[in-house]
Amino acid sequence: MSTKELTALGKAVRAKHKDVVVELAHGELNLTAPRARIVEVMRTLKDELGFQQLVDLCGVDWPDRAERFDVVSHLLSLTKNLRCRVICSTDEEQPVPSITSVYPNADWYEREAFDMYGILFSGHPDLRRILTDYGFTGHPLRKDFPMTGYVEVRWDEEQKRVVYEPVKLVQEFRAFDFLSPWEGAEYVLPGDEKAGAKSGGVSGTTKP
Amino acid sequence: MAGDGNSDLAATTRAHQEDFENRKFTINFGPQHPAAHGVLRLVLELDGEVVERVDPHIGLLHRGTEKLMEYRTYLQNIPYFDRLDYVAPMNQEHAFCLAIEKLLGIEVPVRGSLIRVLYSEIGRILNHLLNVTTQAMDVGALTPPLWGFEEREKLMVFYERASGARLHANYFRPGGVHQDLPPDLIEDIDRWCDAFPRVMDDIETLVTENRIFKQRNVDIGVVSKQEAFDWGFSGVMLRGSGVKWDLRKSQPYERYDEFDFDIVIGKNGDCWDRYLVRMEEMRQSVKIMKQAIERLKKTPGPVMTLDNKVVPPRRGEMKRSMEALIHHFKLYTEGFHVGPGQVYAAVEAPKGEFGVYLVADGTNKPYRCKIQAPGYKHLQAMDWMNRGHMLADVSAILGSLDIVFGEIDR
Repeated sequence: MSTKELTALGKAVRAKHKDVVVELAHGELNLTAPRARIVEVMRTLKDELGFQQLVDLCGVDWPDRAERFDVVSHLLSLTKNLRCRVICSTDEEQPVPSITSVYPNADWYEREAFDMYGILFSGHPDLRRILTDYGFTGHPLRKDFPMTGYVEVRWDEEQKRVVYEPVKLVQEFRAFDFLSPWEGAEYVLPGDEKAGAKSGGVSGTTKP
Repeated sequence: MAGDGNSDLAATTRAHQEDFENRKFTINFGPQHPAAHGVLRLVLELDGEVVERVDPHIGLLHRGTEKLMEYRTYLQNIPYFDRLDYVAPMNQEHAFCLAIEKLLGIEVPVRGSLIRVLYSEIGRILNHLLNVTTQAMDVGALTPPLWGFEEREKLMVFYERASGARLHANYFRPGGVHQDLPPDLIEDIDRWCDAFPRVMDDIETLVTENRIFKQRNVDIGVVSKQEAFDWGFSGVMLRGSGVKWDLRKSQPYERYDEFDFDIVIGKNGDCWDRYLVRMEEMRQSVKIMKQAIERLKKTPGPVMTLDNKVVPPRRGEMKRSMEALIHHFKLYTEGFHVGPGQVYAAVEAPKGEFGVYLVADGTNKPYRCKIQAPGYKHLQAMDWMNRGHMLADVSAILGSLDIVFGEIDR
């Protein structure tokens, strides 16, 4: 997969779809397409540029952005021996057009993205949860979903069935802060809250 | 009275007649069925004994690996990859290490690379031995798994002697492999490579031309080339349908381009062809292993890159050098930082293309790590592959798909 071939491929996509942003990073081709046109872009890539296979489709969560989700698809061309990545963004409400009509195996991947992030896909034949439990609420891979979850299950000997209960942590969840304070951390360190004010006012008086 | 009895009888007969004509019913296959290869629940809609629709319910082994990974450092995340496809653990680690190496831009020394190739091929044989023999068991043979598992046991001992663990190795690290192999281990693997083809011959005489095995597998679950493309098949599922595609050849990683081996392809794309492809692939793997051993004997040197910002220093060094001690402390508390960017790295795992899509944000933990498991796509095809087949073929097809739930449910 040489960069020359990927650049040529990016140009070919641009010629067909003006609104696609092409970027080459780490030797891989990223195509950022507007959400509404994703099916057409995929159709071009499959029928005209020889990307026979959808390798992967997944969501990525960026909570700080206006449109917080990215839907990232990886395509593979077996005839040209090339890969490319197609990205489009969305939020909790706006549905992304489903690409199952172009790549049938997007079916389960879109179900997974819906399950994990709550990304909606319009035109999907059967948008059910896939990996989480029957009757699960919430979307676990969102950044605002706690790693420990909300409910836990156990076998209840009296009721003779599995019961759901709120999570009880025996020990407080430990999230270590590994960002080194010596390399310009942009926040106040715990215990250092008064340090800034003191150094300003006191320094003059303590000088001999 | 007598008249009432007669009409009752007539109604019952009619109901029986309708039942006989309307033979549709829905059954559950699994999640506790031994042929379900783990915790798969298939909801089968049947017309008599003919399958009309298959709805696989997955996720019973979902552990939230991708979520857990976002809360751990890169080094702490490697063991999660052993637990994905637990029949060939090191092949999974390989993909993750390649993704990190791609982002960090570090090189693996020759000896480390050769050990990776050697152990990836051991993983391939581990996987194919399990799959091929359990496929035979799914259609009624009991002896092949016993023979195959004897060899798997020997291979797991090689895993243990290299990494200390029979299964969850945690042996491949970004920058190489964790420890060097002792010379007697290399000798023992060499001896095993000489003996193994005879075991393969034995298994083949037992299974390949077996009348029952062929009746259950030939022309069952046929996948055409176009279908294999459309459904994103990879690995043996693709090669069984006659597509000459192997990432080790087409997009060589880890010095696979320096090895001499053949891509094995099938002709008809049925369950039997996939079995044959797996059998021949094991022989090719032994061929690669022999070459790797040959070169390992002649190539001394480090097995890991010497960049102490990513790779911990040797223990002996730590006893003397303050700097080595600091590096060790920093690496095992904070871990290394991976610069911002997104990469996709894939390996030819025994089941197909296993890929890792890694989004890094410059901290010591992955921002997002998507694990692309080959089995997920293959299991998705269960519905159309089974339509029109008999109920008994479901387990034959499932066996040939090579399903392991660790990687599908993640």
